[in-house]
Amino acid sequence: MTGIQTTVEETQNDFLIEEFLAEEKTKDLLRFSTAGSVDDGKSTLIGRLLYDSRNVYEDQVRAVTGLQAGQKQPTIDFALLTDGLRAEREQGITIDVAYRYFSTQRRKFIIGDTPGHEQYTRNMATGASTADLAIILIDARKGILTQSRRHAYIASLLGIRHLVAAINKMDLVEFSQEVFTTIERDFRELVASFGNAELTTIPVSALLGDNVVEPSTYMPWYTGPTLLQHLEQVPVWTEEQVLPFRLPVQRVIRPDQYYRGFAGQIASGTVRVGDTIVALPSGRTSQVTAITTFDGDLEQAYAPQSIALTLADELDISRGDLISEVVRKPQHATSVEAALVWFDGQRLETHRPYLLKHGTQTLHARVTQVKHRTNIQSLQREAVNSLGMNDIGVVEIDMVRPIFFDPYAENRASGNFILIDVKTNATVAAGMIQRGLASADTATPQHKPLLVAGGDAAANTALELELLRAGAAVVRTRVASEQLWRALLSIGAIVLLDGISVAQAQELVDDAAGSETLVAWSNASSETEAVSGFLNQLRKLGALPDPQE
Amino acid sequence: MTTTIAPPESLTSTRLTHLQMLEAESIQIFREVAAEFQRPVMLYSIGKDSSVMLRLAEKAFFPGPIPFPLLHVDTSYKFREMIAFRDNLAKEMGLNLLVWRNEGALADGANPVKLGTQRCCGLLKTQALLDGLREHGFDAAFGGARRDEEKSRAKERIFSFRDKAGQWDPKNQRPELWNLYNSRVAPGESIRVFPLSNWTELDIWHYIYLENIPIVPLYFAKERPMIVRGDSLIPVEQTFVKSLPGEEQMVKCRLRSLGCSPCTGAIRSDADTLPKIIAELISFRSSERANRVIDHDQDGSMEIKKREGYF
Ligand SMILES: Nc1nc2c(ncn2[C@@H]2O[C@H](COP(=O)(O)OP(=O)(O)OP(=O)(O)O)[C@@H](O)[C@H]2O)c(=O)[nH]1
Ligand SMILES: [Mg+2]
Repeated sequence: MTGIQTTVEETQNDFLIEEFLAEEKTKDLLRFSTAGSVDDGKSTLIGRLLYDSRNVYEDQVRAVTGLQAGQKQPTIDFALLTDGLRAEREQGITIDVAYRYFSTQRRKFIIGDTPGHEQYTRNMATGASTADLAIILIDARKGILTQSRRHAYIASLLGIRHLVAAINKMDLVEFSQEVFTTIERDFRELVASFGNAELTTIPVSALLGDNVVEPSTYMPWYTGPTLLQHLEQVPVWTEEQVLPFRLPVQRVIRPDQYYRGFAGQIASGTVRVGDTIVALPSGRTSQVTAITTFDGDLEQAYAPQSIALTLADELDISRGDLISEVVRKPQHATSVEAALVWFDGQRLETHRPYLLKHGTQTLHARVTQVKHRTNIQSLQREAVNSLGMNDIGVVEIDMVRPIFFDPYAENRASGNFILIDVKTNATVAAGMIQRGLASADTATPQHKPLLVAGGDAAANTALELELLRAGAAVVRTRVASEQLWRALLSIGAIVLLDGISVAQAQELVDDAAGSETLVAWSNASSETEAVSGFLNQLRKLGALPDPQE
Repeated sequence: MTTTIAPPESLTSTRLTHLQMLEAESIQIFREVAAEFQRPVMLYSIGKDSSVMLRLAEKAFFPGPIPFPLLHVDTSYKFREMIAFRDNLAKEMGLNLLVWRNEGALADGANPVKLGTQRCCGLLKTQALLDGLREHGFDAAFGGARRDEEKSRAKERIFSFRDKAGQWDPKNQRPELWNLYNSRVAPGESIRVFPLSNWTELDIWHYIYLENIPIVPLYFAKERPMIVRGDSLIPVEQTFVKSLPGEEQMVKCRLRSLGCSPCTGAIRSDADTLPKIIAELISFRSSERANRVIDHDQDGSMEIKKREGYF
């Protein structure tokens, strides 16, 4: 019925499970991704790598073997081993990342084969964000293209330490050493200009397999490692475990009144039973009493383990909080400078509310300023006031609450974030924090930015007076424009809407911004009692500081 | 050109194994979903991947209980041993297990011989799944699919966005960076979550062995009555699967992947223990889904099913 033959070789009788287990334990894991311009041969290279290292099954090879145009013998189309979508096979390009897994005697590998097409840069970034190493392919005939530069730049921005430039299609340039050395020199210069990633350059023919797994017989002048040799040798250990301890709390586990565990995946560092920790943002400290796992309590745990901690004191900690060591605490700020890679078709709009997801918390944020965009051709900074799809730039972001972070360059796990569009729910950008701007301590606003609806001109005049006395920045408007309101809110003002009803205002602000900032002044009037009652209401909401403070 | 730099002593001693890394990643995913969604559910298919997924869910919320129900989409053509295993496990572990069937289609006599595998799967798996999720109002569903299983699955995100009709749009997936997952959906939309995305078939068996995870006995080789047709071994389970004279034989065999009995071929094997299964797996030259009829009916059939809402 199946018609598909399942070939089972004789089971080796000399297989010993203990040997297998011991061998597997010694293997470490390297995650890498491909990058480069469209048609440079990324997918072909990965297919070749899997095939030559005997990591594809027979039925998978059969499925991609066929007669190519102008050929008599059926050949394997290596790119199709990873180009798994119908649209990809039809168009002969990669659209989204394909993940493949393989292992050798020494190592396990997770590959992300990413698309070269500019339109799908977001998918390249997706594949590269978790990689330890990136292979950037360059077509030997074409040299370094814009997309090769962009991808090399994104890889270095994402903090990938090991770059491999695979100069591909050497068969089409007669395996010329000169072509290779020219591209190598130029690319080395390029990479050095924007980062300190370690670079290895290898001349290959993905199609024929030269220097992929086996050394090339056509390029005796190249004496370096083949691609696979390099992948097996490159050091993968990271300093994740010696970095400061950071545990973003995902969830509080509370099965009964006796146990309260703060569960999360350790982002960086190490924690031991008895360690003093600080819970942020509360700033309260306590000691670790247990590190809980299903497999028994641990004496110590380190990144990237998923664990739960119990503490000596009853601290109020919930999802979104960060547990840190006390000595090397993270920075905190309500405003940060960050590098952004913009993914969305809709351009970045300053002062528009976005959701910022950092660690385990999601909060409202606004990009207040685009500082510059990097021109991929010249690598020069350009002054712009917005970012469009595939742009890379540096921006300033304001958040409604402080976040606790480390700069991305020091700690990838606590310095990264994504931006989400509140209306479309699309992931619009990836961000890497460079530094904090306004520290939460020094720049705590006296009050929150607010939209107050419901009052007429007379009531608002009375309220304005009282607010000004309380030291607030107040603006009044009768213009029903969400855009204007946002601009006023972004400078931290309390905005009094003259003669605009609560329902009307509600309609204009989207739910996300509205829930955060819109306050209804019900029973608004210029009577002293009504005004002071409303001021108290604002104080209760925490929107206005208490007078004695 | 490259020199190997040795990691500092302190790091080698505390390096996680590859399985420990995968485990930590999966647990993080489980916890994110439980925290960010209103009504998550775990799709439980009774197979080896589901068994591993269940263990990881236990680990993620220990010492608390698993904070979401399990849902089995039952085509009614699963192996009897699978159903017995499922019911026993649910009882022993005290699981909140829901079962969903497309009763309407079954009443009309839907089966793969009558309808063909594509239509049968469409009704009894995909349609049943979509109905079950909608009826219960689940906004996130964990599935045990792995990227190494099949070429369109290799393209999946860990958080896979589904529109109001439960459909997957592979050309327009959300970017997914680091371990920051976007769980925002509009009413009616949902996310399929794949905590085993980065596990391979070998990892699964290796983990089952190390963790001593109970699995359905069909995975172990045993003498079983089979319809032997060419290279295929078709289990004798359903009366509508007819054998020709002489085709029915006792064969020592096992299942490599569990689906519906009429559509899942067995393989000849002597592997009756986990170490033997692992040894056999290392020597295999075909992929695990090669003996599933449904994936091969036409080019890209898994992708088509996934677009329609299948896992
Ligand atoms: N002659 C020759 N052709 C090659 C080589 N490597 C790849 N090609 C061909 O180049 C074309 C594009 O290869 P792909 O592997 O699909 O390129 P890609 O970089 O994955 O493309 P995208 O993923 O769409 O960006 C195919 O026709 C390959 O056969 C090579 O080393 N030599
Ligand atoms: Mg490709």
